[in-house]
Amino acid sequence: MSVDKDTVRRIAKLARLALDEGRVEPMARELNGIMAWVAQLDEVDVEGVAPMTSVVAQSLKMRADEVTEGGTADALMENAPGGEDHFFVVPKVVE
Amino acid sequence: MTLPAAPTDFTLAEARDAVRARKISSRDLTEAFIAAVEDARPLNAFVTETPERALAMAKASDARIARGEAGPLEGLPLAIKDLFCTRGVRTTAGSNILSNFVPPYESTVTQNLWDAGAVMLGKTNMDEFAMGSSNETSHFGPVFNPHRSRALNAKLVPGGSSGGSAAAVSGSFCLAATGTDTGGSIRQPAAVSGIVGLKPTYGRCSRYGIVAFASSLDQAGPMTRTVRDAAILLRAMASVDPRDSTSVDLPVPDYEAALEAGVKGLRIGIPKEYRIDGAPPEIDALWSKGAEWLKAQGAEIVEVSLLHTIYALPTYYIVAPAEASSNLARYDGVRFGHRTAHAHDITELYEKSRAEGFGAEVQRRILIGTYVLSSGYYDAYYLRAQKLRSLIARDFTQAFESCDVLLTPATPGPAFAVGEKTADPVSMYLNDVFTVTVNLAGLPGLSVPAGTTQDGLPLGLQIIGKAFDEATVLRAGRAVELAANFTARPMPWWRAA
Repeated sequence: MSVDKDTVRRIAKLARLALDEGRVEPMARELNGIMAWVAQLDEVDVEGVAPMTSVVAQSLKMRADEVTEGGTADALMENAPGGEDHFFVVPKVVE
Repeated sequence: MTLPAAPTDFTLAEARDAVRARKISSRDLTEAFIAAVEDARPLNAFVTETPERALAMAKASDARIARGEAGPLEGLPLAIKDLFCTRGVRTTAGSNILSNFVPPYESTVTQNLWDAGAVMLGKTNMDEFAMGSSNETSHFGPVFNPHRSRALNAKLVPGGSSGGSAAAVSGSFCLAATGTDTGGSIRQPAAVSGIVGLKPTYGRCSRYGIVAFASSLDQAGPMTRTVRDAAILLRAMASVDPRDSTSVDLPVPDYEAALEAGVKGLRIGIPKEYRIDGAPPEIDALWSKGAEWLKAQGAEIVEVSLLHTIYALPTYYIVAPAEASSNLARYDGVRFGHRTAHAHDITELYEKSRAEGFGAEVQRRILIGTYVLSSGYYDAYYLRAQKLRSLIARDFTQAFESCDVLLTPATPGPAFAVGEKTADPVSMYLNDVFTVTVNLAGLPGLSVPAGTTQDGLPLGLQIIGKAFDEATVLRAGRAVELAANFTARPMPWWRAA
């Protein structure tokens, strides 16, 4: 299956990446090149093979459901590009 | 012990012993490396230098040594890949989107190093978000390999994504450095820069505070000038961590103690699928030589098969971008990182902040990841790739029934010229053909400098081990190192004449 320009525009929208119209065509070409190369996986019979869900044999660790960290609002705001008091400021969302 | 001509010529082990024996102070050692870092600026190995912090840490180290409280890495200057969050020191991941990010917290791996007494010289350059094999995708520009070909005058890449760390270790601008490896990002730059690089088993080092690329593949590890140094540094980096649920609760062995045990009786697997068409003959020749070296030291050579090897890279280029597109969704211009100055509404704020903040390769991978995870394509791509991953891991499990470690080439070739492979993404991806299988299976892999091309460029051999058997991997690596007697050191061409 090939990646056309409409597909590039659609996935760029899904990924929230502004893509200049001039870059749509070259991006489609690059993605097609990569996806055509990836298509060699289709020749492998994966019938009955379980997908990998854990990299090393280990069950997910559990811990007590209690607060271990927090109260660091000042630190969290230090890098905010738009911040007032303990609020992140963004353009108006609701009309 | 005889001291080397310059403090910067110490290995990590030698410096440790000299500092401990008070033959050199941490301050003197640190000052020598600060000067070396300054001297090496034309190579662009560092994104951020931290000389004041280094001197303050050295002073504290000397005080602890005087009190008899020296830690395992007391007073030893290291370089840190700029993917590890360091409290109060800008951490960029090589990206414009984090170019102003100063973490309010410390990664577990770096905290472990500071707790062991290490000194931070600075943060090293890298491919943006660790996506690349040449360090050319960095927002802060390419890094140049300290090694140059005898045949041509071109500046060469140091490999990637841990290219700054590789160059800093290779050129002796630090005693050792941290790296991270998602598809080969420690081992490939180590091999083409003539140093040792170890990707530990997935779960051996905590990923907490390491800027995430592909969470099921990412792992931190040491980049050093000797195998012994890798053993020392890994021990200090590794830990179980409540902040990373995938970090494993297994004791961290004294890797250094087991290093010289030799390879007598060890079974070394040679996977025949790693013989690829189009690889330069010197890669194959070095690989055969490596097997002979180990055999001569008493190891048994066994031919094994890793049937799905050729599918590893395409599998990786589904799994890694898929996880990256999810991990990198957090960069939205709201809570931290770059924010566009040209947004009229919230969607534009997201889309433009991300478009301005991410470079071309990162955008490409986010789009691939979004595509393979999008509705209707998930089964065809991501699910199939995860099944392939099971098959690749199973190949290793079966191979390890008849051998203890595997010996393979580390890279399909030596360092290449800056700009040589940037036009075709797939040709760049092929650099990781021998390393990426190991990440998909979660295993430890070690790259050891083992020889040079006829033009004098370093080449590496890779030792792959069973999960959490870094000790045997390092022991076999040490045997390769002993036999190879790799002595190629870069000439300091970057110094002002």
